[in-house]
Amino acid sequence: MSYSAPLTTDHPGQVASATPPAPGRSRRLGDRRLAVAFISPALLLLLAMSVFPLLWALYLSFTDYSATRGGPAEFVWFENYTAILTSPQVHLRALTTLIYVVGAVTLQTVLGFAIAYLISRRTHGRGLLTTLFLVPMMLSPVVVGLFWRFMLDAQFGVINSVLGSLGLGQVEWLTRQRTALISLILVDTWQWTPFIMLIALAGLTAVPKYLYEAASIDRASEWFKFRTITLPLVWPLLLIAVLFRAIEAFRLFDLVYILTSGGPGVSTETLSFHVYKVAFLGFNTGTASAYGILMVLVVIVLTQLYLRYLNKLKED
Amino acid sequence: MALSVDEAVSTGPARDHTPPARRFGGRGRSVLEVALLTVLAVVMLFPVLWMIETSIKENRDVYAIPAKFFDFKVTMDHFKDVFVASGGGRSTLSVSFLNSVVVAGVSTALATVLGVPAAWAYSRFAVKAKKDQLFFILSTRFMPPVVVVIPIFLMYRQVGLIDTKLGLILIYAAFNVPFTIWMMKGFVDEVPAEYEDAAMLDGYTRLQAFWRFTLPLLLPGIAATAVFALIFSWNEFVFAIFLTSSDNVRTAPPAIAGLIGGTTVDWGLVAAASVVFALPVLVFAYLVRKHLVAGVTLGAVRR
Repeated sequence: MSYSAPLTTDHPGQVASATPPAPGRSRRLGDRRLAVAFISPALLLLLAMSVFPLLWALYLSFTDYSATRGGPAEFVWFENYTAILTSPQVHLRALTTLIYVVGAVTLQTVLGFAIAYLISRRTHGRGLLTTLFLVPMMLSPVVVGLFWRFMLDAQFGVINSVLGSLGLGQVEWLTRQRTALISLILVDTWQWTPFIMLIALAGLTAVPKYLYEAASIDRASEWFKFRTITLPLVWPLLLIAVLFRAIEAFRLFDLVYILTSGGPGVSTETLSFHVYKVAFLGFNTGTASAYGILMVLVVIVLTQLYLRYLNKLKED
Repeated sequence: MALSVDEAVSTGPARDHTPPARRFGGRGRSVLEVALLTVLAVVMLFPVLWMIETSIKENRDVYAIPAKFFDFKVTMDHFKDVFVASGGGRSTLSVSFLNSVVVAGVSTALATVLGVPAAWAYSRFAVKAKKDQLFFILSTRFMPPVVVVIPIFLMYRQVGLIDTKLGLILIYAAFNVPFTIWMMKGFVDEVPAEYEDAAMLDGYTRLQAFWRFTLPLLLPGIAATAVFALIFSWNEFVFAIFLTSSDNVRTAPPAIAGLIGGTTVDWGLVAAASVVFALPVLVFAYLVRKHLVAGVTLGAVRR
């Protein structure tokens, strides 16, 4: 692989080495104080704004607290959890989320890698092409959702207009159960394909040229080169991008909120969106907290996977 | 924009490292690749161009069936409506843009001031369980906002931070600190520790050495990191919509989303507001294009 900064190796040797022992010891003590002074403010903010709220949510998840009813919270222990895990409603949302995450991430990966591969084979205009392709990724999900809501409109939307002039039928994109979820997957793919493309391109440009040259001398076919050189070398990095996208897609809320608000019916209600409904429309704070904690557990598992692969990549 | 795609595509003969004796090699293949790329680029960019077009169309052209691609009169009225209220004076949208500037700016400054020293300390010193600490810090960034917002909402209700800019600033800073630490740690790792050691041999303290020798070298990295934090905060929607409600606190994303609440939607205005909102982000993203891979992976992947 190419150079990557050592992120996780400790360098005890880095701490003031070329000093005589006596001042060295006091300096090391000073260093420790300095480290604590420099790190704690950031950690305190994280504890206050991330860890504490999550612990609070954990506490609430064992109670029947409701944000509107007020009054003291009664402990119901694991009732919320059993209610959620056995609820067919939640099972349906989990399935919707799974279809959406798998569909969107697969599409993005295939498309993103294909575009990166095509760009990496050009000699001219590479930078410009990359820049153009990256535009969707930089936009706020709000803007993206609104754009597409307008374009997918069944009556005056430009997509149906184009389909019509090509002689194809009109599609009720956002108002039919089946096409609504497909639309959501398509919009997410449009926005995040550039992300995979960017990472894949970083991997592709890092593949040493001499490997291809050696293969060419051996008269290896393009497909052989791709299978034995390109893919194995880019794959570790691509896997990280895929996991990253999976975590993000699992968390997704804003695009659903703007594009379909979970409808029609509940066909595009992802788990994230359902939590919001339970918490802010149903005001079952306790249940919503338990729901949230379960989601956090899934995210933690995914994040652990992600970090493990990241470590492996860095150690290569 | 569309012009530049043509430029990119009309390149000379592409380099091919296939020997001439290939069945399907060289020119035919490279023409096919260019064609594919062109189609993909058009598909990817079309929505953006369509939004820009919609923002400068008159209303009757916006809703024209079939859609009008080229033959329409250009008007700037929608952009005027973004900034000026119908009865004169400032529009609520322009107030929300100002709020976004304040919230994104202050939260970025806070995240930078807290994150940069921490990143330096993690890079230079042997901290206990450093790996675990760094992992923990990054995992806070992966929390689903919808879940975090429930306890934050209750917490803010207790301390009176609901519907305040300060409340948003704090939560955005908390979400940007992990990113700042990871991103900056990479930059600090690239500056040799020997500079500080040498300075300390000359009689400077560790802190002075950091301040006078390392920090100046980190400035470009700090700028890039800050720009990414700025983009995250600028685009953020979930916390903004749940934690703010009044017009003079609301940031731009929920304000723009609010434009589609009524029975009729002024899509021209939505398009113009979106264009105004997206422009600074695109400019900023272009400025930090060198660090894009590190930026979008929260500083985890560096190439």
